[in-house]
Amino acid sequence: METKVTSATGKDGRDTDAAVEAIAQAHEEWRRAVLQASLQRFSRRKPGFATLSGIPINDLYTPADLGHQDFARDIGFPGQYPYTRGVHATMYRSRLWTIRQVAGFGSAEDTNQRYKYLLAHGETGLSTDFDLPTLLGRDSDHLLAMAEVGKIGVAIDTLRDAHILWDGIPLGEVSTSMTITSPAFVLTAMYEATAAAQGVSADRVTGTAQADILKEYTAQNEYIYPPEPSVRLVVDLMEYCARRLPRFNPVSVSGYHIREAGATAAQELAFTLADGYTYAKAAVDRGLDVDALPPRISFFFDVHIDFFEEIAKLRAARRIWARMMREKLGARDPRSWMLRMHCQTAGVSLTAQQVENNIVRTTVEALAAVLGGTQSLHTNSMDEAFQIPSEKAIKIAVRTQQILAHETGAADVVDPLAGSYYVESLTNRIEEEAWSLMNEIERRGGMVACIEAGFIQKQIANSAADFQRAVEAGEQTIVGMNAYVEEESGELSDDLFFQVDPATTERQIARLRQVRAERRGADVSRALSELKQAAKNGRNIMPSVTDAVTAYATIGEICDVLREVFGEYKALSIF
Amino acid sequence: MSDPIIRVVVAKPGMDGHDRGAKIIARAFRDAGMEVIYTGIFQTPEQIVSAVIQEDADVLGLSILSGAHVHYAQEISRLLREQGADDVLFVMGGTISKADRPRLNELGVAAVFGPGARTGDVVKFVRDWAAEHRAA
Repeated sequence: METKVTSATGKDGRDTDAAVEAIAQAHEEWRRAVLQASLQRFSRRKPGFATLSGIPINDLYTPADLGHQDFARDIGFPGQYPYTRGVHATMYRSRLWTIRQVAGFGSAEDTNQRYKYLLAHGETGLSTDFDLPTLLGRDSDHLLAMAEVGKIGVAIDTLRDAHILWDGIPLGEVSTSMTITSPAFVLTAMYEATAAAQGVSADRVTGTAQADILKEYTAQNEYIYPPEPSVRLVVDLMEYCARRLPRFNPVSVSGYHIREAGATAAQELAFTLADGYTYAKAAVDRGLDVDALPPRISFFFDVHIDFFEEIAKLRAARRIWARMMREKLGARDPRSWMLRMHCQTAGVSLTAQQVENNIVRTTVEALAAVLGGTQSLHTNSMDEAFQIPSEKAIKIAVRTQQILAHETGAADVVDPLAGSYYVESLTNRIEEEAWSLMNEIERRGGMVACIEAGFIQKQIANSAADFQRAVEAGEQTIVGMNAYVEEESGELSDDLFFQVDPATTERQIARLRQVRAERRGADVSRALSELKQAAKNGRNIMPSVTDAVTAYATIGEICDVLREVFGEYKALSIF
Repeated sequence: MSDPIIRVVVAKPGMDGHDRGAKIIARAFRDAGMEVIYTGIFQTPEQIVSAVIQEDADVLGLSILSGAHVHYAQEISRLLREQGADDVLFVMGGTISKADRPRLNELGVAAVFGPGARTGDVVKFVRDWAAEHRAA
């Protein structure tokens, strides 16, 4: 029996067929002889089982479920195509994942202080959340901006704020990620200029810009321009970074927001990988070498509460991207095939009720990210269903990662769940579902066409509605929310208190006005008019963005120039 | 006699793009037989109040997850009052702490539905209100 099981994943077709057949028969006999009797005594506790994303789950899995799996082709070895088991040969046995907690609130000083707090407690990489005006390329004194300054992230108007934000953070050593999309080109220019002021040469600057605009139209909604010119801006940024900032990741293709908006695991993969493919293809269509940009594309996924499904999803993601880049795009450099990822535990899985339970949810999700082979990880804080995390809560979130890394043994072996009949079956199933969705997107004319038609938005809205219905019907249990409910005040305890300084807006606007008064207006106007020409003529905009930023043009002024050239996107309201 | 169908404007003010909740609640109102107008994101208080008036809405549901809820409640209440539309039922949903709720109530927000609220409860709240206030 043992040898047959081994040959089931071997290459010899006849051996495989015979072995699979034998196991399938044995399984059938077990059903009749053992399972039926058992079910008469203990019936199943519900009529059907399914993953969080709705994939049906059988009683158990056997090698017969992997009948046609080819070990070398589909699973193989880490650090080797198709990278199912991880992008590095030794994974965490050599280097642990980067503990990267996102932080951002108030003005640049507040966030800089939070960075230093996190680094002092063992965080190994930084990540920045920006406030809504910054995300939408508006100055802090814009009419729409005033109520939002520093609320959900840090306020950045000019290079002066950027200098304060990264003060004392060595940008050549600590990699910093910026959760910024539409104005990513502005923030990258500010980052480069800040590094230069620190004496870090461009070739040593390390970090990541999110820049993934396509997911804004389908999930996060912080877009400015229409999709076509926005994709062009992403490719401009990638091309510039490939030449000038070789250690900087100019785009982090994000499934996180897509999942949080309600997508299933397979939809998250399909939409994210299709977005990534769109950027890689656009670069090739511009005439760049097929391997010029893909090695610098990184990814960002959500890790939800269904433990095995998430591990399978991350493994499937690597396999799909490798196949897509090599077989579909024709990339030849192995670095183009490797999907490197950051993961964040699922904000939507947190409850406002019995907040301490969120520590447990986050731990399970973080373990799935580790077993799924992530390169860096953010663990949510227990109080994030209410607010920007308090210091106490974020420290526990960092400690959670340290416990996983150093106490549990989960980091001591590569891809420990490979060969699990269930996990491999799920990996295959999610890969199939994702391919089928991506093929449909292609048949409908590609990602941009699908966004313009509302196809993606509708699917995400449907999945979100299905989930909500299941929760309200009690089919999906959420502890503390629709089960094991307690009377509670709905307030956080005093040790979790956090509030953004109410004086932030006033201070931020004062600084902005001071910068405007002190800079040389002629330099700003010249840089902005060059930017306009570059945008109109199809030249790469980055050199003129860099000039504008170093002349202390504001983020609003820079983004307004492109608003004039490209117009603003008006979304469909699909629900 | 008033229109038997309850008309609801679901709106997202300001720069906040988190619209999962807005879409879920819009769908729940629609499935409950109400007439739903969803404004989409990035609306100013003026645009929202003008939608309420133009659509002759009975209910305004504001969804907000950016922390700017007090500011927008203030602005919208003022405009509703100024334009004589403060007889609409004004409710809010989103990440809104209990500490801010008394202030929102003072500003004319009849109810706040936080994370974990059931759509069934929101629909019932609106129906009960309508039964009381829209009697022929």
